[in-house]
Amino acid sequence: MVKFTLLTGRSLTQGVGKEVSKFSEKYIQEVSTCQIDSEDLKILNVKPGDCVKLTTEYGSVVLRAAASTLVHRGSVYVPYGPYANILIGTKTGGTGMPNFKGIPVEVEPAPGESVPDIRDLLVKTYGRVK
Amino acid sequence: MEYLLKNGYVVDPVNKIDCERMDIAVKDGKIVESVDESKAKVIDVKNMLVMPGGVDLHSHIAGSKVNIGRLFRPEDHYKDYEVKSGVRRSGVGHSVPSVFTTGYRYAILGYTTVFEPATPPLKTLHTHDELNDIPIVDKACFPLFGNNWFVMEYIRDGKLEECAAYVAWLMRTIKGYAIKVVDPGGVEAWKWGITSQDFDQEIPRFGITPRELVRGLIKVNKMLGLPHPVHLHCNQLGMPGNYKTTLRTMDAVKDLAAGDRPILHLTHVQFNAYGGVDYLSISSGADAIADYVNKNPHVTIDIGQVIFGDTTTMTADGPFEYKLFNLLRGKWANSDVEVETGAGVVPINYSRSNYVHAVMWCIGLELALLIKDPWRVFITTDHPNGGPFTEYPRVFSWLMSKKARERVLKRIPRLARVRTNLKDIDREYTFYELAISTRAATAKILGLNNKGHLGVGADADISVYNINPKEVNPSTDYKMVRQAFSRAYLTMKDGEIIVKDGEIVAAPVGRTYWVNTRAPKDVEDVVIPEVKKRFEEYYTVEFENYCVPESYLAWSAPIQPLEPAG
Amino acid sequence: MKVINAVLCPGCGSLCDDNEVYVEDNKIVKVKTECALSASKFLNYNKERNTKPLVRVDGQLKPTTLEDAIERVARMLVEAEYPLLYGWSLTSCEAQKKGVELAEEVGGVIDNTTTVCHGPSILGVQDFGDPTCTLGEVKARADLVIYWGCDPSSAHPRHMRRYSSLTKGKFRTPEQRKVVVVDVRKTATARNANLFIQVKPNQDYELITALKMLLQNEEIEEQEVAGVPVEQIEELAELMRSCEFGMLFFGLGLTMSEGKDRNIDAAITLVRELNKWTKFAIMPMRGHYNVTGANQVLTWQTGYPYAVDFSRGYPRFEPGDTTAVDVLSRGYNDATLVVASDPVANLPKDAVKHLCSKPLAVIDPHMSLTAFMADVVIPSAFVGIEEEGTAYRMDGVALLMKKIVDPPEGILSDVQILDLILKRVRELKKGR
Repeated sequence: MVKFTLLTGRSLTQGVGKEVSKFSEKYIQEVSTCQIDSEDLKILNVKPGDCVKLTTEYGSVVLRAAASTLVHRGSVYVPYGPYANILIGTKTGGTGMPNFKGIPVEVEPAPGESVPDIRDLLVKTYGRVK
Repeated sequence: MEYLLKNGYVVDPVNKIDCERMDIAVKDGKIVESVDESKAKVIDVKNMLVMPGGVDLHSHIAGSKVNIGRLFRPEDHYKDYEVKSGVRRSGVGHSVPSVFTTGYRYAILGYTTVFEPATPPLKTLHTHDELNDIPIVDKACFPLFGNNWFVMEYIRDGKLEECAAYVAWLMRTIKGYAIKVVDPGGVEAWKWGITSQDFDQEIPRFGITPRELVRGLIKVNKMLGLPHPVHLHCNQLGMPGNYKTTLRTMDAVKDLAAGDRPILHLTHVQFNAYGGVDYLSISSGADAIADYVNKNPHVTIDIGQVIFGDTTTMTADGPFEYKLFNLLRGKWANSDVEVETGAGVVPINYSRSNYVHAVMWCIGLELALLIKDPWRVFITTDHPNGGPFTEYPRVFSWLMSKKARERVLKRIPRLARVRTNLKDIDREYTFYELAISTRAATAKILGLNNKGHLGVGADADISVYNINPKEVNPSTDYKMVRQAFSRAYLTMKDGEIIVKDGEIVAAPVGRTYWVNTRAPKDVEDVVIPEVKKRFEEYYTVEFENYCVPESYLAWSAPIQPLEPAG
Repeated sequence: MKVINAVLCPGCGSLCDDNEVYVEDNKIVKVKTECALSASKFLNYNKERNTKPLVRVDGQLKPTTLEDAIERVARMLVEAEYPLLYGWSLTSCEAQKKGVELAEEVGGVIDNTTTVCHGPSILGVQDFGDPTCTLGEVKARADLVIYWGCDPSSAHPRHMRRYSSLTKGKFRTPEQRKVVVVDVRKTATARNANLFIQVKPNQDYELITALKMLLQNEEIEEQEVAGVPVEQIEELAELMRSCEFGMLFFGLGLTMSEGKDRNIDAAITLVRELNKWTKFAIMPMRGHYNVTGANQVLTWQTGYPYAVDFSRGYPRFEPGDTTAVDVLSRGYNDATLVVASDPVANLPKDAVKHLCSKPLAVIDPHMSLTAFMADVVIPSAFVGIEEEGTAYRMDGVALLMKKIVDPPEGILSDVQILDLILKRVRELKKGR
């Protein structure tokens, strides 16, 4: 388990994908993948494409790991979406804005686990749907 | 629907009626000769004052900078709010009221026509979007031309006909009403960080002076036959000693006058009537300006009176607002608009004990009292720059009562009394003069023939105030004047009752006036394609999308231009 | 096949209005645009949309009539003590106005996506003001363009080419402009910048403070601030002070990281200070094509730009109390209507948990994630494609979105749907 900083944000693919549908392959793939620096992946003993488990004080989710040259060492980047939001808290400090960036997160390899299907994730977390 | 307002004391200066007991008949939204008393709804307004609905020619009520003011001043809203009730939508008020509240409060004052005096053409869809939401009152907006690249280039190149064609195209395309000029050249200079523009100094990179710009636009105005003169906010607003610029400006266009129709309207002149050399020595230049206006009929003015208290300054004069920000060091918003103009917004609290504010307060009233012809001087606060429009009745009471003025004069710094003329002025406005300055004259200068009077054929925009002009002496009973004008007993708009005893009972849509200006076809056929070609280099929107379709206006009321003068 | 010119893109806050759309048999067949987001929008909008009103029965969404759906939504709003009306950024101003009217009618709270986007920017503006301009001013004059905490190549693909560093203006060519990117990671935009400053996450405030200090000729005693060597900060300060017209565009990197609105306070006051030396302006990179419109409409109708509460019969604005995430996470609201937005995709888990635990209705053309979880779903037309309407660009310029094709049979616009709901709400209230 290694301590990282979680950043969430927009990505072009997420933006393009959501215009088709949030249930589209493109969108789901994009928002359930986290970007980690290649050197950090080595330290984690994780290969690109493997599953990793991210845990913040608010929740835990399994994502697909991808190597990135854009991300700071020590940061993990997840595009906006329902997967990222499992990890985000609701404290706004009186501003209305939760903390979407710069959150302490623990990252560990998750062999044998898989990235949840988006529908399963929603139903498991929020109920309602049969 | 037919109405008969019986027994009121009518003040209708256009028809030379001065507090005469008269009945006013209304049918199908218009004033008529008579109605069948057995069929009409009779309203007894015995011993009350009956006037045409107020016509405010200069009040910042809609558009980008007004909304900036609303947005960044939540503190303006917290203490002054309106609960939803009956036909009234909820809202917030004080100096930057929300749109529904704006319409209601004007109607409660007995005003039925209010014009937004400054809209950046590129953002005029926004202005109309807000105007559409202001209930009850008829309105219009004045597009800004005084820092417009096309205008400056045409005037620089001596192409006046082409300039007129451009102005005509712009005016009808964005549904504007009059040529507005704010700090000519100064806002363009400010876009390079320069904060001062002299009337006779070349505008950076454009090769003409504000003098040439203003003269050019006055000629264009005449060519196009627009109903209102060029509406000008002079250079050097707010600066001590600026009365000289104002005099120079008025004199610079004197030779362009023809006939007895004024060719230049100077707005909120109080802010441009300062003597002295700095804020320590600022004094009143109102007497010099009044003297000039009295001798020269080609000019009309509105005063821009200051009201002590908290308000919000907002103007296209971005450089001025930057300077004000540096004086006050509070919040500051600036919004330069590509190709055309700019804006600035700064909150201010005018204080009685502040020497400068006190001098400003005196100057506005001096202008109204020293200018003899009430048909050429109009009462405004340049809402909200001098103060909220809801304070107009206070201004009326000051103008009608020397005693009311003295109450305030007693409490301002001694030096402010010394360096101004107000304490020595005895004149007091009559109800007749008040009606001229707030209704008859403003409607006339705007070219609104069906407004500002109660003659047959006029729109039935009528306000009734619960004050008996035969019994009340405004000179001593100024408090009653203020109270009566703060809440109309009855306001009627297009023959529909809107206000009953100070309460809103109906909130119909008002008209949006605009002038369907045209230039000679052969010139337009050359100019408009030229403008379209330069759009891509100058603007960030497509030529096609610049237009405000007529269908966008909730109630479009186009006006044909007057016969062009030459 | 016919071509429609000057089409506005209902995509991002750049609100580009020069798209060419080719239509045949009431279908968009081709679009001429350089932007991947725009192309996706115009060509994919119809691929997986919802065309039927739906109601959840025994845990599953089943088709129903429009009348039934409207009835359920109206009842939900009337029966709720404190409904939340959320979303609004992906629809027209005309629809947003209906939203305000509806929220006022039912005494609820109306909030838009600003609340989790540039809300802090607005809070900063309310504190200190807003030295800004329209995008054409940047095009005309800017010789220094700074993108701070935002990545236009991802979120606003044509921004630089249309408005800033890569465009030719009256006084400036692209060669005469410099681009600086300040970000926590080397984005695509950063790779093409003249100067890239990599700031440590959550330390933008410190970096801005350091810039202010340098501008005021103060000594910085550290070797580096916020992970940035002082020499680099000095380089940026000098660029800022010596330009003729500088523009600071900023994004969620500032609003979402630690400090939030305080970061914006700092950025605004930095730009204010810069006006002592030169001409400088600031502008937030608004994400959705009409989130600015939602702020504008709400402001002129209620006095406040988002998070407006009507529970007392008049508009109230209390960030932290009337803002959607706070309302939801504290469980204040007992019903929600979501219009033109997808909070299940965008809001933190605990907020969404509460959202899903109460009656939930959605008006949206897509089967969004929120629609997937809703009790009632009403399909609507796409503004800017199937429905005309007013939208406001990120710099406040209002433009009219066009109607290019007809919506599918039976699909109404947001305005029409909200109007029906409003009518029914008023009837129900009278009956009580």
